[in-house]
Amino acid sequence: MNITLKIWRQKGPNHVGAMETHKMTEVSGDMSFLEMMDVLNGNLIREGKEPFAFDHDCREGICGSCSMFINGEAHGPGRNVTTCQLHMRSFKDGETIHVEPWRSAAFPVIKDLSVDRSSFDRIIQAGGYVSVNTSGETIDANAIPIPKHDADEAFDAATCIGCGACVATCKNSSAMLFVSAKVSQLSLLPQGKPESKQRVIRMVDQMDLEGFGNCTNTGACEVECPKGISITNIARMNRAFLSSNLTSK
Amino acid sequence: MALTGLFLCLFLVGHLLGNLQLFVGGEEGREAFNNYAQFMTTNPLVKVLSYLTYAGIIFHIVDGFVLTIQNRKARPVKYVVEKGNLNSSWASRNMAVLGTILLVFLVSHMQSFWYVMHFGDIEIVDGVKDLHSVTVDFFNPAINNLAAVMTGLYVFAMLSMAFHLNHGFQSAFQTMGINHPTYTPVINFVGKAFSILIPAGFASLPIYLFIIQS
Repeated sequence: MNITLKIWRQKGPNHVGAMETHKMTEVSGDMSFLEMMDVLNGNLIREGKEPFAFDHDCREGICGSCSMFINGEAHGPGRNVTTCQLHMRSFKDGETIHVEPWRSAAFPVIKDLSVDRSSFDRIIQAGGYVSVNTSGETIDANAIPIPKHDADEAFDAATCIGCGACVATCKNSSAMLFVSAKVSQLSLLPQGKPESKQRVIRMVDQMDLEGFGNCTNTGACEVECPKGISITNIARMNRAFLSSNLTSK
Repeated sequence: MALTGLFLCLFLVGHLLGNLQLFVGGEEGREAFNNYAQFMTTNPLVKVLSYLTYAGIIFHIVDGFVLTIQNRKARPVKYVVEKGNLNSSWASRNMAVLGTILLVFLVSHMQSFWYVMHFGDIEIVDGVKDLHSVTVDFFNPAINNLAAVMTGLYVFAMLSMAFHLNHGFQSAFQTMGINHPTYTPVINFVGKAFSILIPAGFASLPIYLFIIQS
Protein backbone atom coordinates (compact mmCIF):
# COMPACT_ATOMS: atom_id res chain seq x y z
CA MET A 1 0.00 0.00 0.00
CA ASN A 2 0.99 3.59 -0.55
CA ILE A 3 0.58 6.22 2.15
CA THR A 4 1.33 9.89 2.73
CA LEU A 5 2.72 10.74 6.14
CA LYS A 6 2.55 14.14 7.77
CA ILE A 7 4.88 13.94 10.75
CA TRP A 8 5.74 16.51 13.42
CA ARG A 9 9.31 17.74 13.08
CA GLN A 10 10.75 19.70 16.00
CA LYS A 11 14.48 20.24 16.48
CA GLY A 12 14.43 20.61 20.24
CA PRO A 13 12.41 21.65 23.29
CA ASN A 14 12.71 25.37 22.54
CA HIS A 15 12.19 25.17 18.80
CA VAL A 16 8.96 25.71 16.91
CA GLY A 17 7.82 22.55 15.18
CA ALA A 18 5.88 21.92 11.98
CA MET A 19 4.38 19.03 10.05
CA GLU A 20 6.63 17.47 7.38
CA THR A 21 5.25 15.41 4.49
CA HIS A 22 6.73 12.09 3.34
CA LYS A 23 5.35 9.66 0.80
CA MET A 24 5.88 5.92 1.28
CA THR A 25 5.34 3.15 -1.24
CA GLU A 26 5.03 -0.62 -0.85
CA VAL A 27 4.10 -0.51 2.80
CA SER A 28 3.06 -3.95 4.03
CA GLY A 29 -0.18 -4.19 5.97
CA ASP A 30 1.54 -6.62 8.35
CA MET A 31 4.08 -4.03 9.46
CA SER A 32 3.53 -2.48 12.84
CA PHE A 33 3.35 1.30 12.85
CA LEU A 34 6.80 1.48 14.40
CA GLU A 35 8.25 -0.86 11.77
CA MET A 36 6.84 1.46 9.12
CA MET A 37 8.56 4.36 10.95
CA ASP A 38 11.81 2.32 10.96
CA VAL A 39 11.57 1.89 7.19
CA LEU A 40 10.92 5.60 6.74
CA ASN A 41 13.87 6.49 8.96
CA GLY A 42 16.08 4.02 7.02
CA ASN A 43 15.07 5.74 3.78
CA LEU A 44 15.79 9.17 5.27
CA ILE A 45 19.23 8.07 6.51
CA ARG A 46 20.10 6.65 3.06
CA GLU A 47 19.07 9.97 1.53
CA GLY A 48 21.36 11.78 3.98
CA LYS A 49 18.43 13.32 5.83
CA GLU A 50 17.64 13.45 9.54
CA PRO A 51 15.51 10.51 10.78
CA PHE A 52 12.51 11.16 13.06
CA ALA A 53 13.11 10.71 16.78
CA PHE A 54 10.45 8.58 18.50
CA ASP A 55 10.27 6.57 21.71
CA HIS A 56 10.00 2.78 21.69
CA ASP A 57 11.28 -0.11 23.73
CA CYS A 58 9.58 -3.48 24.16
CA ARG A 59 7.38 -3.38 21.05
CA GLU A 60 5.10 -5.85 22.83
CA GLY A 61 2.58 -3.32 24.13
CA ILE A 62 3.67 -3.42 27.76
CA CYS A 63 6.45 -0.87 28.29
CA GLY A 64 4.48 2.30 27.62
CA SER A 65 7.27 3.97 25.66
CA CYS A 66 5.67 4.49 22.26
CA SER A 67 3.71 7.68 22.31
CA MET A 68 2.37 8.81 18.97
CA PHE A 69 -0.81 10.76 18.36
CA ILE A 70 -1.94 9.28 15.05
CA ASN A 71 -4.76 10.71 12.95
CA GLY A 72 -6.20 12.62 15.90
CA GLU A 73 -6.08 9.74 18.41
CA ALA A 74 -3.59 8.59 21.03
CA HIS A 75 -1.90 5.40 19.69
CA GLY A 76 -3.96 5.80 16.52
CA PRO A 77 -7.17 4.02 15.53
CA GLY A 78 -8.27 0.84 17.26
CA ARG A 79 -8.94 0.23 20.92
CA ASN A 80 -6.71 -1.29 23.59
CA VAL A 81 -3.57 -1.03 21.47
CA THR A 82 -0.29 0.81 21.80
CA THR A 83 1.41 2.25 18.70
CA CYS A 84 3.75 -0.74 18.48
CA GLN A 85 0.74 -3.07 18.35
CA LEU A 86 -1.00 -0.99 15.69
CA HIS A 87 -0.62 -2.47 12.23
CA MET A 88 -0.59 -0.75 8.87
CA ARG A 89 -3.60 -2.83 7.80
CA SER A 90 -5.62 -0.48 10.02
CA PHE A 91 -5.11 2.19 7.35
CA LYS A 92 -6.39 2.45 3.80
CA ASP A 93 -4.26 2.46 0.67
CA GLY A 94 -3.59 6.08 -0.32
CA GLU A 95 -4.45 7.40 3.14
CA THR A 96 -2.82 10.49 4.61
CA ILE A 97 -1.68 9.79 8.16
CA HIS A 98 -0.94 12.58 10.64
CA VAL A 99 1.62 11.73 13.32
CA GLU A 100 2.14 14.08 16.25
CA PRO A 101 3.80 13.89 19.67
CA TRP A 102 1.78 13.87 22.94
CA ARG A 103 0.91 17.51 23.52
CA SER A 104 0.86 18.73 27.11
CA ALA A 105 2.68 21.40 29.08
CA ALA A 106 3.68 18.60 31.47
CA PHE A 107 5.12 16.51 28.59
CA PRO A 108 7.55 18.90 26.84
CA VAL A 109 8.78 17.74 23.42
CA ILE A 110 12.41 16.61 23.48
CA LYS A 111 12.67 16.13 19.72
CA ASP A 112 10.16 15.35 16.96
CA LEU A 113 7.80 12.69 18.39
CA SER A 114 9.73 12.10 21.60
CA VAL A 115 8.41 13.77 24.76
CA ASP A 116 9.69 14.03 28.33
CA ARG A 117 7.34 12.08 30.60
CA SER A 118 9.41 12.42 33.77
CA SER A 119 6.48 14.30 35.33
CA PHE A 120 4.88 10.84 35.71
CA ASP A 121 8.01 9.61 37.51
CA ARG A 122 7.84 12.53 39.94
CA ILE A 123 4.18 11.75 40.67
CA ILE A 124 5.16 8.15 41.48
CA GLN A 125 8.04 9.36 43.65
CA ALA A 126 5.60 11.56 45.59
CA GLY A 127 3.64 8.57 46.87
CA GLY A 128 3.24 5.78 44.35
CA TYR A 129 4.97 3.14 46.43
CA VAL A 130 4.49 0.81 49.37
CA SER A 131 7.05 0.97 52.18
CA VAL A 132 8.09 -2.60 52.96
CA ASN A 133 10.53 -3.80 55.58
CA THR A 134 13.28 -5.57 53.60
CA SER A 135 15.45 -6.53 56.57
CA GLY A 136 15.01 -10.22 55.86
CA GLU A 137 11.78 -10.59 57.82
CA THR A 138 9.61 -9.65 54.82
CA ILE A 139 6.19 -11.27 54.97
CA ASP A 140 5.17 -13.16 51.86
CA ALA A 141 2.53 -11.03 50.12
CA ASN A 142 0.47 -14.14 49.40
CA ALA A 143 0.19 -14.85 53.13
CA ILE A 144 -2.39 -12.06 53.53
CA PRO A 145 -5.92 -12.99 52.45
CA ILE A 146 -7.38 -10.50 49.95
CA PRO A 147 -10.99 -10.54 48.70
CA LYS A 148 -11.11 -11.67 45.08
CA HIS A 149 -12.98 -8.54 43.99
CA ASP A 150 -10.33 -6.23 45.53
CA ALA A 151 -7.51 -8.25 44.02
CA ASP A 152 -9.15 -8.07 40.58
CA GLU A 153 -9.72 -4.32 40.78
CA ALA A 154 -6.17 -3.70 42.00
CA PHE A 155 -4.82 -5.84 39.19
CA ASP A 156 -6.92 -4.06 36.58
CA ALA A 157 -5.54 -0.73 37.82
CA ALA A 158 -2.02 -2.14 37.89
CA THR A 159 -2.13 -2.90 34.17
CA CYS A 160 -1.50 0.83 33.58
CA ILE A 161 1.78 1.10 31.66
CA GLY A 162 2.18 4.84 32.24
CA CYS A 163 2.27 5.61 28.52
CA GLY A 164 0.51 8.98 28.89
CA ALA A 165 -2.24 8.34 26.31
CA CYS A 166 -4.80 9.55 28.86
CA VAL A 167 -3.04 12.91 29.13
CA ALA A 168 -2.50 13.11 25.39
CA THR A 169 -6.13 12.45 24.56
CA CYS A 170 -7.71 14.52 27.33
CA LYS A 171 -8.76 17.93 26.06
CA ASN A 172 -7.48 19.34 29.37
CA SER A 173 -4.24 17.31 29.43
CA SER A 174 -5.38 15.86 32.73
CA ALA A 175 -3.40 13.02 34.28
CA MET A 176 -6.27 11.83 36.48
CA LEU A 177 -6.58 8.38 34.89
CA PHE A 178 -2.88 7.60 35.35
CA VAL A 179 -2.72 8.91 38.92
CA SER A 180 -6.00 7.26 39.93
CA ALA A 181 -4.85 3.91 38.51
CA LYS A 182 -1.67 4.08 40.59
CA VAL A 183 -3.53 5.23 43.70
CA SER A 184 -6.10 2.43 43.28
CA GLN A 185 -3.58 -0.29 42.55
CA LEU A 186 -1.80 0.35 45.84
CA SER A 187 -4.64 1.44 48.09
CA LEU A 188 -6.96 -1.47 47.32
CA LEU A 189 -4.47 -3.97 48.77
CA PRO A 190 -3.71 -4.41 52.48
CA GLN A 191 -0.01 -3.61 52.03
CA GLY A 192 -0.90 -0.21 50.58
CA LYS A 193 -3.54 0.75 53.13
CA PRO A 194 -1.31 2.26 55.90
CA GLU A 195 -0.01 4.92 53.50
CA SER A 196 -3.22 5.42 51.54
CA LYS A 197 -4.17 8.83 52.98
CA GLN A 198 -0.83 10.55 52.50
CA ARG A 199 -0.36 8.78 49.15
CA VAL A 200 -3.44 10.22 47.47
CA ILE A 201 -2.82 13.74 48.79
CA ARG A 202 0.84 13.77 47.81
CA MET A 203 0.29 12.30 44.37
CA VAL A 204 -2.57 14.68 43.54
CA ASP A 205 -0.53 17.66 44.79
CA GLN A 206 2.41 16.61 42.63
CA MET A 207 0.09 16.12 39.64
CA ASP A 208 -1.15 19.71 40.04
CA LEU A 209 2.41 21.00 40.45
CA GLU A 210 3.43 19.41 37.15
CA GLY A 211 0.89 21.52 35.25
CA PHE A 212 -1.59 18.86 34.17
CA GLY A 213 -5.14 20.12 33.57
CA ASN A 214 -8.31 19.27 35.48
CA CYS A 215 -10.64 16.34 34.92
CA THR A 216 -13.97 17.33 33.36
CA ASN A 217 -15.17 13.74 33.02
CA THR A 218 -15.28 13.62 29.23
CA GLY A 219 -14.29 9.95 29.52
CA ALA A 220 -11.95 10.18 26.51
CA CYS A 221 -9.06 8.74 28.55
CA GLU A 222 -10.68 5.37 29.26
CA VAL A 223 -11.63 5.01 25.58
CA GLU A 224 -8.09 5.68 24.33
CA CYS A 225 -6.23 3.90 27.16
CA PRO A 226 -4.34 0.95 25.60
CA LYS A 227 -4.97 -1.06 28.77
CA GLY A 228 -8.65 -0.18 29.15
CA ILE A 229 -8.25 1.42 32.60
CA SER A 230 -11.70 2.54 33.77
CA ILE A 231 -12.62 6.01 35.05
CA THR A 232 -14.17 4.30 38.08
CA ASN A 233 -10.58 4.64 39.34
CA ILE A 234 -10.92 8.43 39.05
CA ALA A 235 -14.11 8.37 41.13
CA ARG A 236 -12.31 6.18 43.70
CA MET A 237 -9.43 8.65 43.84
CA ASN A 238 -11.84 11.60 44.19
CA ARG A 239 -13.46 9.80 47.14
CA ALA A 240 -10.10 8.99 48.71
CA PHE A 241 -8.78 12.52 48.17
CA LEU A 242 -11.83 14.07 49.79
CA SER A 243 -11.94 11.72 52.77
CA SER A 244 -8.16 11.85 53.27
CA ASN A 245 -8.21 15.64 53.35
CA LEU A 246 -11.11 15.61 55.79
CA THR A 247 -9.65 13.02 58.14
CA SER A 248 -5.86 13.40 58.02
CA LYS A 249 -4.27 15.63 60.63
CA MET B 1 -18.36 22.73 39.87
CA ALA B 2 -20.13 19.55 40.95
CA LEU B 3 -21.65 20.81 44.20
CA THR B 4 -22.76 24.17 42.83
CA GLY B 5 -23.96 22.52 39.62
CA LEU B 6 -26.21 20.06 41.45
CA PHE B 7 -27.45 22.83 43.74
CA LEU B 8 -28.38 24.87 40.65
CA CYS B 9 -30.24 21.81 39.32
CA LEU B 10 -32.48 22.06 42.39
CA PHE B 11 -33.03 25.73 41.63
CA LEU B 12 -34.08 24.80 38.07
CA VAL B 13 -36.73 22.43 39.40
CA GLY B 14 -38.17 25.10 41.70
CA HIS B 15 -38.05 27.77 39.03
CA LEU B 16 -39.76 25.55 36.46
CA LEU B 17 -42.53 24.49 38.85
CA GLY B 18 -43.28 28.16 39.51
CA ASN B 19 -43.19 29.06 35.84
CA LEU B 20 -45.59 26.28 34.87
CA GLN B 21 -48.34 28.41 36.46
CA LEU B 22 -48.11 30.55 33.32
CA PHE B 23 -50.06 27.79 31.56
CA VAL B 24 -53.08 28.72 33.69
CA GLY B 25 -55.02 31.27 31.66
CA GLY B 26 -57.28 34.20 32.49
CA GLU B 27 -57.57 36.30 35.65
CA GLU B 28 -57.12 33.24 37.83
CA GLY B 29 -53.74 32.50 36.25
CA ARG B 30 -52.57 36.08 36.55
CA GLU B 31 -53.54 36.28 40.22
CA ALA B 32 -51.88 32.96 41.09
CA PHE B 33 -48.65 33.84 39.28
CA ASN B 34 -48.42 37.35 40.74
CA ASN B 35 -49.07 36.11 44.27
CA TYR B 36 -46.42 33.47 43.72
CA ALA B 37 -43.96 36.12 42.46
CA GLN B 38 -44.78 38.28 45.48
CA PHE B 39 -44.13 35.33 47.80
CA MET B 40 -40.84 34.47 46.05
CA THR B 41 -39.50 38.02 46.47
CA THR B 42 -40.63 38.70 50.02
CA ASN B 43 -40.61 35.45 52.01
CA PRO B 44 -37.52 35.47 54.27
CA LEU B 45 -36.80 31.76 53.76
CA VAL B 46 -36.98 32.16 49.98
CA LYS B 47 -34.72 35.20 50.30
CA VAL B 48 -32.06 33.12 52.04
CA LEU B 49 -32.40 30.49 49.31
CA SER B 50 -32.14 33.11 46.58
CA TYR B 51 -28.93 34.54 48.06
CA LEU B 52 -27.56 31.01 48.22
CA THR B 53 -28.51 30.60 44.57
CA TYR B 54 -26.78 33.86 43.56
CA ALA B 55 -23.67 32.70 45.42
CA GLY B 56 -23.93 29.28 43.78
CA ILE B 57 -24.21 30.78 40.30
CA ILE B 58 -21.29 33.17 40.87
CA PHE B 59 -19.10 30.40 42.29
CA HIS B 60 -20.03 28.07 39.41
CA ILE B 61 -19.12 30.76 36.85
CA VAL B 62 -15.87 31.88 38.49
CA ASP B 63 -14.77 28.29 39.12
CA GLY B 64 -15.60 27.44 35.52
CA PHE B 65 -13.52 30.30 34.18
CA VAL B 66 -10.54 29.52 36.43
CA LEU B 67 -10.58 25.81 35.53
CA THR B 68 -10.98 26.53 31.81
CA ILE B 69 -7.98 28.87 31.85
CA GLN B 70 -5.90 26.25 33.71
CA ASN B 71 -6.97 23.58 31.25
CA ARG B 72 -6.08 25.70 28.21
CA LYS B 73 -2.66 26.42 29.74
CA ALA B 74 -2.09 22.69 30.20
CA ARG B 75 -1.87 22.29 26.40
CA PRO B 76 0.01 25.28 24.98
CA VAL B 77 0.51 23.72 21.51
CA LYS B 78 -2.68 22.33 19.98
CA TYR B 79 -2.92 19.18 17.88
CA VAL B 80 -3.02 19.63 14.11
CA VAL B 81 -5.54 16.79 13.86
CA GLU B 82 -7.70 15.87 16.85
CA LYS B 83 -10.74 13.59 16.75
CA GLY B 84 -12.44 14.06 20.09
CA ASN B 85 -15.75 12.84 18.64
CA LEU B 86 -14.33 9.30 18.55
CA ASN B 87 -13.88 9.12 22.30
CA SER B 88 -16.16 11.62 24.03
CA SER B 89 -19.49 13.40 23.70
CA TRP B 90 -19.72 16.84 22.09
CA ALA B 91 -21.38 18.28 25.21
CA SER B 92 -18.59 17.03 27.49
CA ARG B 93 -15.99 18.80 25.36
CA ASN B 94 -17.93 22.07 25.11
CA MET B 95 -19.17 22.73 28.64
CA ALA B 96 -17.42 26.13 28.76
CA VAL B 97 -19.00 27.25 25.48
CA LEU B 98 -22.43 26.02 26.59
CA GLY B 99 -21.96 27.66 29.98
CA THR B 100 -21.02 30.97 28.36
CA ILE B 101 -24.19 30.87 26.24
CA LEU B 102 -26.15 30.25 29.44
CA LEU B 103 -24.37 33.16 31.16
CA VAL B 104 -25.32 35.56 28.34
CA PHE B 105 -28.87 34.22 28.52
CA LEU B 106 -28.93 34.62 32.30
CA VAL B 107 -27.88 38.27 32.16
CA SER B 108 -30.50 39.06 29.51
CA HIS B 109 -33.15 36.99 31.33
CA MET B 110 -32.53 38.70 34.67
CA GLN B 111 -32.63 42.10 33.01
CA SER B 112 -36.01 41.28 31.41
CA PHE B 113 -37.75 39.91 34.50
CA TRP B 114 -35.71 39.90 37.70
CA TYR B 115 -34.59 43.54 37.37
CA VAL B 116 -38.10 44.70 36.40
CA MET B 117 -39.61 42.83 39.35
CA HIS B 118 -37.09 44.16 41.88
CA PHE B 119 -36.20 47.65 40.67
CA GLY B 120 -38.20 48.36 37.51
CA ASP B 121 -41.26 50.44 36.80
CA ILE B 122 -43.92 47.78 37.25
CA GLU B 123 -47.71 48.09 37.49
CA ILE B 124 -49.40 47.14 40.77
CA VAL B 125 -52.55 45.05 40.37
CA ASP B 126 -54.58 43.99 43.42
CA GLY B 127 -51.77 45.14 45.69
CA VAL B 128 -49.07 42.97 44.08
CA LYS B 129 -46.60 43.66 41.27
CA ASP B 130 -47.98 42.45 37.94
CA LEU B 131 -45.07 40.28 36.77
CA HIS B 132 -47.58 38.11 34.92
CA SER B 133 -48.30 40.85 32.38
CA VAL B 134 -44.60 41.68 32.03
CA THR B 135 -43.92 38.03 31.18
CA VAL B 136 -46.89 37.43 28.91
CA ASP B 137 -46.34 40.74 27.05
CA PHE B 138 -42.67 39.95 26.55
CA PHE B 139 -43.66 37.09 24.24
CA ASN B 140 -46.56 38.95 22.62
CA PRO B 141 -45.68 40.05 19.04
CA ALA B 142 -48.37 42.77 19.20
CA ILE B 143 -46.56 44.43 22.14
CA ASN B 144 -42.92 43.36 21.80
CA ASN B 145 -41.52 43.66 18.25
CA LEU B 146 -38.80 41.22 19.18
CA ALA B 147 -41.14 38.57 20.61
CA ALA B 148 -40.39 36.07 17.84
CA VAL B 149 -36.62 36.61 18.14
CA MET B 150 -36.82 36.35 21.93
CA THR B 151 -38.82 33.13 21.74
CA GLY B 152 -36.21 31.72 19.35
CA LEU B 153 -33.33 32.81 21.59
CA TYR B 154 -35.04 31.34 24.66
CA VAL B 155 -35.45 28.01 22.93
CA PHE B 156 -31.81 28.14 21.78
CA ALA B 157 -30.65 28.89 25.34
CA MET B 158 -32.71 25.96 26.64
CA LEU B 159 -31.18 23.70 24.01
CA SER B 160 -27.74 24.77 25.29
CA MET B 161 -28.93 24.03 28.80
CA ALA B 162 -30.05 20.57 27.73
CA PHE B 163 -26.56 19.73 26.46
CA HIS B 164 -24.93 21.38 29.49
CA LEU B 165 -27.07 19.28 31.86
CA ASN B 166 -26.68 16.15 29.77
CA HIS B 167 -22.99 16.04 30.62
CA GLY B 168 -23.07 18.05 33.83
CA PHE B 169 -25.58 16.05 35.84
CA GLN B 170 -23.85 12.66 35.72
CA SER B 171 -20.39 14.27 35.68
CA ALA B 172 -21.09 15.91 39.04
CA PHE B 173 -21.57 12.50 40.66
CA GLN B 174 -18.32 11.17 39.16
CA THR B 175 -16.46 14.24 40.50
CA MET B 176 -17.86 13.58 43.98
CA GLY B 177 -16.55 10.05 43.75
CA ILE B 178 -19.85 8.29 43.12
CA ASN B 179 -19.31 5.61 40.50
CA HIS B 180 -20.99 2.30 41.18
CA PRO B 181 -22.00 -0.62 38.95
CA THR B 182 -25.63 -0.45 40.16
CA TYR B 183 -26.21 3.23 40.95
CA THR B 184 -24.31 4.90 38.12
CA PRO B 185 -26.64 3.63 35.36
CA VAL B 186 -29.56 4.97 37.44
CA ILE B 187 -27.80 8.35 37.85
CA ASN B 188 -27.10 8.44 34.11
CA PHE B 189 -30.74 7.69 33.30
CA VAL B 190 -32.03 10.33 35.72
CA GLY B 191 -29.48 12.80 34.31
CA LYS B 192 -30.59 12.15 30.73
CA ALA B 193 -34.27 12.51 31.67
CA PHE B 194 -33.53 15.67 33.68
CA SER B 195 -31.52 17.20 30.83
CA ILE B 196 -34.44 16.68 28.44
CA LEU B 197 -37.47 17.37 30.65
CA ILE B 198 -36.31 20.52 32.46
CA PRO B 199 -35.16 22.51 29.39
CA ALA B 200 -38.19 21.24 27.43
CA GLY B 201 -40.46 22.47 30.23
CA PHE B 202 -38.80 25.89 30.26
CA ALA B 203 -38.83 26.18 26.45
CA SER B 204 -42.50 25.20 26.24
CA LEU B 205 -43.55 28.41 28.05
CA PRO B 206 -42.27 31.07 25.61
CA ILE B 207 -43.43 28.88 22.70
CA TYR B 208 -46.91 28.56 24.25
CA LEU B 209 -47.17 32.27 25.13
CA PHE B 210 -45.95 33.31 21.68
CA ILE B 211 -48.35 30.99 19.83
CA ILE B 212 -51.50 31.85 21.78
CA GLN B 213 -50.84 35.58 21.34
CA SER B 214 -49.88 35.49 17.63
